[in-house]
Amino acid sequence: MSMIQEVPTMTTKEKPQRAIPEGLTPFDLKQMYEAMIMTREYDERCFKLQRQGRIGFYAGSFGEEACQIGTAFALEQKDWIFSSYRQPGVAMHRGVPLQTMVNNLFGNAEDIVQGKQMPVHYTHKAHHFLSISSVIGTQVIQAVGCAMAAKVKKDDAVAITYFGDGGTSSNDFHSGMNFAAAMKAPCIFALVNNQYAISIPVQKQTGVEVLADKAKAYGMPGFQVDGNDILAVYKATREAILRARRGEGPTLLELKTYRAGPHSSSDDPSRYRSKEETEYWLKRDPIALFREYLTEMELWTEAWETEIRENAQARLSEAIKIAESLPQPAWETLFDDVYSYVPQALADQKEDILAHESGLELTNEGEFPL
Amino acid sequence: MADLTLLQAVNSALHEEMTRDDNVVVLGEDVGLNGGVFRATEGLYQKFGAERVMDTPLSESGIIGAAIGMAVYGLKPVPEIQFADFIYPAFDQIVSELAKMRYRSGGDYTSPVVIRTPYGGGIRGGHYHSQSPEAYFCHTPGLQVVIPSNPYDAKGLLKAAIRGEDPVIFMEPKKIYRAFKQDVPEADYVVPIGPANIVREGTDVSIFCYGSMVQVALRAAEKAAESGWNAEIVDLRTLYPLDIETILNSVKKTGRAIVVYEAPKTCGYGAEIAATIAEKAIDYLEAPILRVAGLDTPFPYTLEYVYMPHPARVYRAIQDVMAY
Repeated sequence: MSMIQEVPTMTTKEKPQRAIPEGLTPFDLKQMYEAMIMTREYDERCFKLQRQGRIGFYAGSFGEEACQIGTAFALEQKDWIFSSYRQPGVAMHRGVPLQTMVNNLFGNAEDIVQGKQMPVHYTHKAHHFLSISSVIGTQVIQAVGCAMAAKVKKDDAVAITYFGDGGTSSNDFHSGMNFAAAMKAPCIFALVNNQYAISIPVQKQTGVEVLADKAKAYGMPGFQVDGNDILAVYKATREAILRARRGEGPTLLELKTYRAGPHSSSDDPSRYRSKEETEYWLKRDPIALFREYLTEMELWTEAWETEIRENAQARLSEAIKIAESLPQPAWETLFDDVYSYVPQALADQKEDILAHESGLELTNEGEFPL
Repeated sequence: MADLTLLQAVNSALHEEMTRDDNVVVLGEDVGLNGGVFRATEGLYQKFGAERVMDTPLSESGIIGAAIGMAVYGLKPVPEIQFADFIYPAFDQIVSELAKMRYRSGGDYTSPVVIRTPYGGGIRGGHYHSQSPEAYFCHTPGLQVVIPSNPYDAKGLLKAAIRGEDPVIFMEPKKIYRAFKQDVPEADYVVPIGPANIVREGTDVSIFCYGSMVQVALRAAEKAAESGWNAEIVDLRTLYPLDIETILNSVKKTGRAIVVYEAPKTCGYGAEIAATIAEKAIDYLEAPILRVAGLDTPFPYTLEYVYMPHPARVYRAIQDVMAY
C-alpha cells in the first residue's frame, strides 16, 4: 500500500494570495475554473456512458484538473501538445471541439479517425494536438523531436508532453529527457505524478523520493509543483515556456497530484489502495481549492457555479445525442490512411471483404479488460 | 555519368536531396563530423551544418522518436541506424508510432521518416553486425521496406523515398557497399518505390531476391547457363509494397520459383513470396517453390560463409527444381 504523503513544495495554496499571477486576468481565472468544471463534468458523464454500455471504454482524469488546465492555459496556439490519454481537459481547453472528442468515444462515422482508435485517443491537427498512443512514454521523445524541428526552422513554438509517474520508467522518458537537454530543445516535460500506474504506487516505480530530482541528472531544471494548485501549475508552466522560448532549453515539471478515480473503466482501485488514502486526497480536490481562492477574490458565486455546470451538462448532452445518432463508419474506411495510397495487397483484401462479406451480420464481442 | 559505389550513390542522393529541400535533415550516431561509420553521410555536416546534420545521443529509440516528432512538425528526417542489428531499441517507435501515425490520425498527421540502415552479413560482423531484420518491418502495415542491390537503384530509390509521403525502412546491403561501381547519372532521377526489376531474363526458373543476394543469384544463374538452364532473376527492390504482378508474370513464364534471402529461413520474407505464388499461380508451377535462406541460428562469426546463401547453394536449388 502506498503511504499518504505530505503535499510538496512550491505551492501557492497555503493562503490564497490576493495577487493574480502574471499573465492572467480575473476573466482568465474564471475561464480556468470553468474549464476545470467542464473537464470534471466530461469525465463523470463519460464514465456513466461506459457503465451504461454506450461506449466501450473510458479513462478519466478526476483530481487532475489543475494539472491539465493550469498547463494548457500557459500555452499558445503555435505550441504543440504530445499528450497521454489522461488529459481530456487539455484537448478541450486548447480548442478541440467537444463534438470531435465525443465522436471519438463512440467511434462513429464522423470521428476524425472513423473508429480506428479506442476511446480517449484524440487527435486534432488544427490545434497541434498529436494523435494519442496507448503505449506509455512514446510521445515524450516525439515532443522533443518536434521541439528540435521548431528550433531548426527558427520558429519560437514550444512542445509540451504529458506523461505519468509510470511513464518515467519508460525508455522514451529517458531518451526524451536526454535528447532534450543535449539538444537544448524547447520542450516542457509535464510529469503528472498521480501516484499510480494502474495499481503500482509511485514508491514501487522508482527509487527516488522526488521525481523532479531526475532532471538534475539529465542537465535541465526540474521543479516539483503542487499539481492540485492550478495557479502554481500555471506559473511553473509559464516560466518553463518562457525559458524555452528564450532558447534556454527544456524543463521538467513534476505536477504532484492524485488519480482520484480508477485507472480506467475496467479498474477497481479498492483492490490496491485504502479508502482513507483516497479520502485524504479528495479533501485536496483541485476544484475545491481553486473555488476557495476565487471566493476570496470575490469571483465565485453559487449561481455562477450552477450556471456553468448546467451549461457543461447541456453541451455534453447535445454532443452525446449527436454522436450516438451517427452511424458506424463505412467498411471501406478500414482500408484508408494506412499509406498515402492503397498497396496492391491491401486493395486485394478490400475487394475480397467488400465483395463477399458486406451482407453478413458481423458484430463486436468481448469487453476490454485493462 | 559518374562511376559510383553503392555507398557513394547513397551519399550522393543525400547531398542532392538536402540541397533540393531545406526540410531534409539527417540525424544519428556519428553522422555529423565523422560522416558516419561507413561514410554514408560524408560531407553533409560541412555543407549543411550542425542544425541539419545532427550528431545525436546514443539511443536508437531516441533517434527514431525524435525523427517522428520532426516529421510531424514538417521536416523530412532521414535518420541513420548505424547497423540494422541495433534497430531493436527503436522497434517500439517504428512499429507502434511511425507505422501507425497516419492511420491513427485519420491522415491528419503523417511521419514520412526515411530510416537508413546497413544490414546483412558477409562482413565478418558476428551476431550484432550482420542481421537481416526486413521481415519484421514488412509485417507492419504502414511501413514501406526498400532494399537496393546496386548503386543506380540505391540513389534513385533513396531519392524516391525522401520525396515520398510514407515512412520507409531503407536497408542498405553493406556487404556490397563498395563491392562494385556503376554508372550513375549526374542528372536528377528517381527509381520509384514499388516496381521490381528483372535483372536477368530467363525462361526456365525464376529467382526472386534482393540486396546482396542479387549478386549471389546472378553467379548461380551463370553456372546454370552452363547446364543449359536459363534462370530469370527478379530483384524485388521494394519488399513492401510488393510488385505482385511482375512476380506472377515471371512464374507464369518459367513455371519454377526460388526465393533467396539471407535472413533465417523460418518466417522469413521468402515465405511471403512463396505463399503469394502458391495462392495466385499454383496452376503454372512445375516444381515446388524453394527457399534458399540463412539458417535458423543466430548469425555466426567464423562460419558465416556456411550460414550465408552462396552461389553453389542457389545452384543446388536450381538443379532440384529442374529435376523435379
